[in-house]
Amino acid sequence: MNSIISTRFLNLYYNEFHALKGITMDIQPNTVAALIGPSGCGKSTFLRLFNRMNDLIDGVKITGDVLVNGKDIYADVLDVVELRRTVGMVFQKPNPFPKSIFENVAYGMRVNGITDNQYIAEKVEESLRQAALWDEVKDKLKKSAFEISGGQQQRLCIARALAIEPKILLMDEPASALDPISSAKIEELIWELKKDYTIMIVTHNLQQAGRVSDTTAFFYLGELVEYGDTKEIFTQPKDKKTQNYITGRFG
Amino acid sequence: MIKFADNRASKQRKENLAFLTFRIMSYFVVVILAVIILFLLYNGARVISWDFITAMPAEGMTKGGIFPAIVGTLCLVAGSMVFAFPVGVLSAIYINEYAKDGLFKRFVKLMTNNLAGIPSIVFGLFGMSLFVNTLGFGDSILSGSLTLGLLTLPVVIRTTEEALRSVDNSFRQGSLALGATKLQTIRKVVLPISFPNIITGLILSIGRVSGETAPILFTVAAYFLPKLPHSIFDQVMALPYHLYVISTSGTNIEESRPMAYGTALVLIAFVLIMNIIANLLRRYFSKKVKMN
Amino acid sequence: MRKFLRNLTEKIVEGILFLSSTVTTLTVLLIIVFLFREGAGVFSQSPVEKGFVIAVNKDNPIQTLTSAQLKLIYDQEVTNWSKLGGKNDSIILFRLDDIGNYYTEDELGENFKNMPEKLSELMDKNSGMVAFFSDKYLAKNFRGRVLKMSNTTLKEFFTGKEWFPTAQPSAQMGVLSLILGTLWVSLGAILIALPFGLATAIYLAEIADSRTRNILKPLVELLAGIPSVVYGFFGLIIIVPAIQKIFDLPVGETALAGSIILGIMALPTIITISEDALRTTPRAMKEASLALGANRWQTISKVVIPYAMSGITAAAILGIGRAVGETMAVLMVTGNAAVIPHTFLEPVRTIPATIAAELGEAPQGDLHYKALFGLGCILFLITLAINITVEYISGKRNKTSND
Ligand SMILES: Nc1ncnc2c1ncn2[C@@H]1O[C@H](COP(=O)(O)OP(=O)(O)OP(=O)(O)O)[C@@H](O)[C@H]1O
Ligand SMILES: [Mg+2]
Repeated sequence: MNSIISTRFLNLYYNEFHALKGITMDIQPNTVAALIGPSGCGKSTFLRLFNRMNDLIDGVKITGDVLVNGKDIYADVLDVVELRRTVGMVFQKPNPFPKSIFENVAYGMRVNGITDNQYIAEKVEESLRQAALWDEVKDKLKKSAFEISGGQQQRLCIARALAIEPKILLMDEPASALDPISSAKIEELIWELKKDYTIMIVTHNLQQAGRVSDTTAFFYLGELVEYGDTKEIFTQPKDKKTQNYITGRFG
Repeated sequence: MIKFADNRASKQRKENLAFLTFRIMSYFVVVILAVIILFLLYNGARVISWDFITAMPAEGMTKGGIFPAIVGTLCLVAGSMVFAFPVGVLSAIYINEYAKDGLFKRFVKLMTNNLAGIPSIVFGLFGMSLFVNTLGFGDSILSGSLTLGLLTLPVVIRTTEEALRSVDNSFRQGSLALGATKLQTIRKVVLPISFPNIITGLILSIGRVSGETAPILFTVAAYFLPKLPHSIFDQVMALPYHLYVISTSGTNIEESRPMAYGTALVLIAFVLIMNIIANLLRRYFSKKVKMN
Repeated sequence: MRKFLRNLTEKIVEGILFLSSTVTTLTVLLIIVFLFREGAGVFSQSPVEKGFVIAVNKDNPIQTLTSAQLKLIYDQEVTNWSKLGGKNDSIILFRLDDIGNYYTEDELGENFKNMPEKLSELMDKNSGMVAFFSDKYLAKNFRGRVLKMSNTTLKEFFTGKEWFPTAQPSAQMGVLSLILGTLWVSLGAILIALPFGLATAIYLAEIADSRTRNILKPLVELLAGIPSVVYGFFGLIIIVPAIQKIFDLPVGETALAGSIILGIMALPTIITISEDALRTTPRAMKEASLALGANRWQTISKVVIPYAMSGITAAAILGIGRAVGETMAVLMVTGNAAVIPHTFLEPVRTIPATIAAELGEAPQGDLHYKALFGLGCILFLITLAINITVEYISGKRNKTSND
């Protein structure tokens, strides 16, 4: 099979601190991969490899390969901006821009040089529909994005990421700051989106991981302890540590 | 499928242009500072001598030195700090350690902010009206110091408050948990930890006070007074006022120009030294804290 | 017992601390009281100098004159009483010096002892005469009428264009030109300071690496530490002559010189406050922008600056506040002409500079003295308004950034 994302013997250091240790992993297109593990084990760090967000932090050093669509994304010739357009990201806390709802979704298109306003308007609607938010905000597109609820803001951030048609969607605990209803909506959304996107999601909520993902990766102290089919990981984990974690004995 | 226009090149070009502009403009700000300081240094250094610092002005302030102005400024700095430092620190302690969040605290903070925003010339008016006329202190070191003291009070309060706030609450709780009273906790734990920052703030406000002119115009400053003060009810000359006088309205502006350069240099050197001391202290103490 | 003593000390100390914390509030209140008490005197005192009177013929129907009207009369811009609502009678000006035109020295007697009598006669004879003289020459049975001068009104004070607080026969207390002069110079200052200040703040907060920043930041603080009189001196020696030469002006002391100096002085305020505001932009928000394929400049211009906008506004307003209240530097470089400014290349006079320049010559309790306190009140109110605005803006910002 052709994996869309893969890492080979990947190490990442924050200065001296060895945060990711020799990770090799493949993810298939149009699947949802969940990253789980105790706090500080490196899930976010791993996720942020794929749109090179770690580049923004001083003192980060990386060895090994990270391939997206078969291309080494840490190669010198690669254009980071281009990469970030194909790899969308949704953050833990909703973080809309201080702009109108409409402009939030249009932002990615505008900064990437699209000027056709009619096209932008259509795409904004389409993305908001995809994020299951259109009906709730269609009458207040001009309103500030701060004026909607946290759950709506998070779906807005998803719509914002979708509007530039990425191939891959990285989600770092996208529902952790939300109430159960909003959280359920996001989960539904992930199911829908799977048709068109490959999704990596970090979550501390094991039920959620079980519900939405096809594969699950368990991280512990910077190592990838176990990676495989979600059903298998949850029912018959091979590693003792994984077992302890999913049965709630630590973490 | 979106058709992205390939705007990478123009995006990059705009970024480069913007960053370059900002860099140039920031450096320009530094250049202004450098020009001012080098200009004063260049012209003033020729004038500065032991005599200049220690002699009385002579021949209509075109010759001689600026000794009385230096002494006057030192008197005013000392006087204003004797007032502002204790009051400011005590006030900050009350606000930060005792006052409960609420109307009173907010009101006092608002008033302190307002006081900080009042222009120095208004302090001059006020000082003249209250200290010089109403209380009858006359044009004197006392009037001038009190006026300057009130002017810097907000600065002292603000820096002290910041210093106190940077003390982690766990220290306070730890001390209180050991049975110490609130006062003991403040004296033995909070103040020692915040002391370096309080002192740094004090030194910075000294720098500021020494350069203030408008508040002393009508409360203490003497145009020409070639003798030293004997009591706090005497008038004195002061460096900033002296600089103003000899550069705008001296008996002979052209001839007293070198004196003006020298005075400006002494004044700015004083401020600079205060700044540098404060910065060094800050760095020294923060290193010490880290080591502990 | 020990416990009691300890509690007592705690209470006493707390009391002292409490008292200290009220000092700033008391000071603000005292400033208000002293400033406004003196300042209000402008409106309750005759604009004619103490010890002098304005007299007219007793049949003259005019009862009171304003300061401005009296000036028109003495400047001979009004020559007929009908213009002022009186009879159709031409105005005859009389100053004490003119007495020789009417009487000989012999008639006046030695030591002018007949002066009151003669003045009285003069005022009686000339129906259109208006006279200004010392009240010691006012005869007991004066046959003219001493004119009541109306006090300066609030409206005249604020809209009057003439600032001649020591003018004879009647002081002119219009502060409009001073207010406009202050705002004009401050406006110029902010136009100069804002682009540079903002650029520096952006550079420091978002672009410069930490080493550059660690060098630049203390330098900016240093800029704030230079005393204003030193800025004034620098302006006087470098900027004023430069402006005179570049624009080929008769004098270089102009509003522009003031604006440049004030602009430099406002820089640290603007830089520090807007940098702080820029820094409050949440990291996640910047990352979100970058994750969408924006580059750093797009992120700064489209996300960081809009987010920090209220802080930047506050910085600009505080910068103006600093400029409005600045005294010495302005006093030294703006030329201090009390006229309404039209260009940046004319001399202007600001409120603080006026106070600084004139208070020394105004005797305590004099109308001039009070008028200067009135100016102080205006200055106080302007800065108060600025503070409240900034407080309001930053209050609003705290609210929006909470969610
Ligand atoms: N900027 C940084 N500099 C230095 N160390 C960092 C940095 N960011 C993260 N780390 C360290 O790297 C390790 C992994 O962090 P990461 O944020 O990836 O953990 P995580 O698994 O996402 O945790 P959580 O579940 O709490 O989000 C942690 O030990 C953390 O302390
Ligand atoms: Mg994380």
